Amino acid sequence: MNSFTDNRPDPDELLASLINEEEKSKRGTLKIFFGMCAGVGKTYTMLEAAHAEKIKGSDIIIGYIETHNRKETADLANGFELIPRKISEYKSTSVQEMDLDAIIARKPQIVLVDELAHTNAPGSRHAKRYQDVQEILENGINVYTTLNVQHLESRTETVAQITGILVRESLPDEIFENADEVELVDLTPDELLQRLSEGKVYTPERSRDAKENFFRKGNITALREMALRIVADRVDKQLHDYMLHKRIRGPWKTGMHLLVAVGPSPYSGKLLRWSKNLAYAMGANIQAVYVETLHRLTSREHEQLDKNINLAKQLGIKVRIITNADIVKAIVDFAQKENITHIVVGKPRVRNFLSMLQLGNFVNRLIQYSGNIDVYILGSDRLSKNSFRNRFSIPDFTSHIPQYLITSFLVILSSAIFFFLRDYVGYQVVSFVLLFLVSILSLFYGTGPILLAATLSALTWDYFFIPPQFTLHIEKAEDILMLIMFFIIALLNGILTSRVRRQEKRIRIREERTNALYQLTRELSNATGIEEVSNIAVRYIQKYFNLDCAIFHKNELNQFDDHVTNETKIKFSENELSIAAWVFRHSAKAGKHTDTLPSTEYTFYPLTGNIDNMGVIAVRHVNVFTQGEEQFWEAFISQISGKYEREFLRNVSKTALILNESDKLYKTLFNSISHELRIPVASIMGASDTLISQKYPEETKQKLYSEINISSVRLNRLIENLLNMSRLESGRITLRPNWCDVRDLAHRMSETLRQELLPFKLSVVIPDDMPLVNIDFGLIEQALYNLILNATQNAPAGSRIRLKFFYDNGFLTIQVMDRGQGFPESELSSVFNKFYRGKDAKAGGTGLGLSIVKGFVEAHQGTVTAGNRQNEGAIFTIKIPVSISEMNQFGQLEE
Amino acid sequence: MGNSGNILVIDDEVQIRRLLAITLSADGYKISEASTGKEGLALAASLQPTLIILDLGLPDADGLDILKKLREWYEKPIIILSVRNSEEDIIKALDNGANDYLTKPFRTGELLARIRVSIRQSQGIKDNPVLEFGSLTIDIVNHIVRKNKEMIKLTSTEFSLLSLLAKNEGRVLTHQYILKEVWGMGYIEQSQYLRVFIAQLRKKLEDDPARPRMLNTESGIGYRFSYI
Repeated sequence: MNSFTDNRPDPDELLASLINEEEKSKRGTLKIFFGMCAGVGKTYTMLEAAHAEKIKGSDIIIGYIETHNRKETADLANGFELIPRKISEYKSTSVQEMDLDAIIARKPQIVLVDELAHTNAPGSRHAKRYQDVQEILENGINVYTTLNVQHLESRTETVAQITGILVRESLPDEIFENADEVELVDLTPDELLQRLSEGKVYTPERSRDAKENFFRKGNITALREMALRIVADRVDKQLHDYMLHKRIRGPWKTGMHLLVAVGPSPYSGKLLRWSKNLAYAMGANIQAVYVETLHRLTSREHEQLDKNINLAKQLGIKVRIITNADIVKAIVDFAQKENITHIVVGKPRVRNFLSMLQLGNFVNRLIQYSGNIDVYILGSDRLSKNSFRNRFSIPDFTSHIPQYLITSFLVILSSAIFFFLRDYVGYQVVSFVLLFLVSILSLFYGTGPILLAATLSALTWDYFFIPPQFTLHIEKAEDILMLIMFFIIALLNGILTSRVRRQEKRIRIREERTNALYQLTRELSNATGIEEVSNIAVRYIQKYFNLDCAIFHKNELNQFDDHVTNETKIKFSENELSIAAWVFRHSAKAGKHTDTLPSTEYTFYPLTGNIDNMGVIAVRHVNVFTQGEEQFWEAFISQISGKYEREFLRNVSKTALILNESDKLYKTLFNSISHELRIPVASIMGASDTLISQKYPEETKQKLYSEINISSVRLNRLIENLLNMSRLESGRITLRPNWCDVRDLAHRMSETLRQELLPFKLSVVIPDDMPLVNIDFGLIEQALYNLILNATQNAPAGSRIRLKFFYDNGFLTIQVMDRGQGFPESELSSVFNKFYRGKDAKAGGTGLGLSIVKGFVEAHQGTVTAGNRQNEGAIFTIKIPVSISEMNQFGQLEE
Repeated sequence: MGNSGNILVIDDEVQIRRLLAITLSADGYKISEASTGKEGLALAASLQPTLIILDLGLPDADGLDILKKLREWYEKPIIILSVRNSEEDIIKALDNGANDYLTKPFRTGELLARIRVSIRQSQGIKDNPVLEFGSLTIDIVNHIVRKNKEMIKLTSTEFSLLSLLAKNEGRVLTHQYILKEVWGMGYIEQSQYLRVFIAQLRKKLEDDPARPRMLNTESGIGYRFSYI
């Protein structure tokens, strides 16, 4: 790295710091009064700070405070407005919690909320108080709160190691890290112990108890060191941020990225916490990866894995799950792709004989392949008792009982058959037959039944076939050897086969999911309209998750709409609807199996698009999602949300397009049309001026008169078109169909356009059996007028203009053909667009005429197309669905 | 010019009034002008004009109401001259007793022709037992129609339709009016009857049925018998 790059702040980091600033300015600020343990005076200090603020004139109230019956604290708290606690019933005991809604409704400048790490009573909106605080902050209210070091998620383990007491209430580190201000409330251990003895912390009897357990001087010193260190680290990081922000040259940490590998081991938790601290200290960002291998997880391991992944999320570490048989290769590939600079792994405890053979030493290989990526290897502390069990593949005894029965039956049946044939084939052959059977069975059944089959066939063989028969006793040594071999081969065979099957199954599930996602994406990409997207979403969720779901959307104004948009039997209560609204606002999941408002039947997930929230989807879980399912679900939902977003944006852009169009209409009115208006007016004014002066011969006068006449006709035509256009634009065209003889139409055309048609030959073609058709005479007349006028303007004088009518199978077809230039092929589709003007169009004309034709024809549910005739010239074809009069036979009508 | 008569123009646009005054007086008519409905009603009562030209958009009242009020006592022709050009407005005016309807902008030649026809018609052609239109004669009493001296065979419905239109020469009759008069109230919506019979009449009477000269279609409104 040269000094040139050293001088430059990393743009990514700069951007991140700016985004942070921006995010923070909208939210309230969080100030944490941070201490090493209870009794250092956090609440007291917080109240003092609040008093100072109050004197400055801030609107400051108490949301929740715990005085622990300390008199000084209580006295200090007296001067503030206090939001009463919310009392609710839970399992017949009344519980008191902070009244979140009341605080938000009161909207003070600052609210004091004690004990940030507190766990709320069941039935509250959020499981944890810090979530309440997040919501308060989101509402733009500043919060003062208190926190002890042992509650920080990344420190709970260390604290437990130091004090021997497991801390239950914990707080994601992220919350602490993102706090705007942290004030350390410090006391020397001696002072604290002094306070404890004076009964300032607990009541005398609790004090004694506490002194013997938690408040030992050694503990306090260790906790204090931890607290001081955390705050010091924070100051370091703040300095770093500050330098970034002010673009101060400094020893830039070049974008370090840390990757920690997690697994189903209880040790992963420690690994995660350690890595988080390391990343914090290094100023690196951090993510975790779990590699799903062929190794089948026990339910206990599954649970542990879920726990680990959840912990990672709590620590603010993003977890990626990848599937690969080779962990080392998977980790290294991933690290290279993500520009990881440091990998943290735990030293593997389980040395599987097989994995030794196949993969070699995990750590050695990781170091070998990782190239220039730093690798940290953390030793495991001790082997937990569980891990001994994990060393062996534990048979899956959960296979269905019928499998065991069928297995036993088949073994007994084959034994019975060969029992009668034993004299012909010899007892040794029977062992091969049974071995064959076990192998066959292992193709279909799990390990449990195979184990049973192997044992059962070994016993049967021994008892019924190996001489002496009907005893388990074996005489010949080679038979004993054969029996042992038989058993081992049967077992290995069975287990290996079922392992292969398991692997296959996993791959199949993956494949199915990938396929499902692919199918979903494909169907969604073809879908148009929000409704169709919903239908597809509902169908796929039903198919792949077997869940009923309800989908909510936002409306055009970006507000949550609490109407379920798909067809579903699910009915929501008011309460549940408000959860859905909450989920939409906060784009976090809520409801059953989550930390937020878990006491409802449904789980609500936000439909989060790239830019904005699209809505909410609610499902009623039968089982909690496993980690794999959860990931699958998230991928599913994100596909659906993405599509919703595209649809939503498309609607928005459509509206914008319409606005744009009408904008264009007005612009053209002022450009092309103002020209169109001025020309005839100018010639009328000019001609009439000349006439008034009266010094010209009669012949000239006649010419001027006719000039005035032509101009006024032209003006009138323009005005008609504009009025018709505005009728179409405003959508106020109402069809007034009536029975019409198309001969009348043709005649009208030749009459009204007599002047324009003079230089042309007009031929009208109407079949003799042309029935009466039901159309709006006026609209079609106007449409034909525009088409024929268009022909007279484009065709050479003397040529023929043809007007043809015919009726066929429910459709009236009208064709107007001329011998003009026709249209360039590329323009055929845009001929009917508003303001379309042909490239060589003569002066005059607004480009409105043909679009009016289209509008009027479409008002009849008909179509109009433009084309070129074979020899030369344009052909317009109007096709309108019509009903015809049955009274086309004249004779029928006579009385 | 041979035209005589007193025409009242009720229109609020001074430019239109001026144009009409010049054109009509050049044609021999005497012109009086009113710029509001109220003034128009008063002048109509005091002057008893031969014909009234009425605008529908008046500053103090809807022209349609003025038309209705005039028709309570005034029996001579009323021609509507308006910018309102929807079929609905035209039919409404005709149904309320207007003899004719012209939309602005209009050709003065056409207006003069309509005025002439209306006045002639109001001066009692309808009592004539035999109507003559050039080579066409219609004997109302004996139900005989001749063209170029040749008898034309018409069915009774065809004859009723022709005589209704001919008696109202120059005047637009709305579809509904004709249906009611010829077929009766029950047929008022059966406009296809009308189309079919008009087509038949044209075949029998017109020189070129595709370019009718006498039986004219007023698009979306009705028919007009004209003879020029």
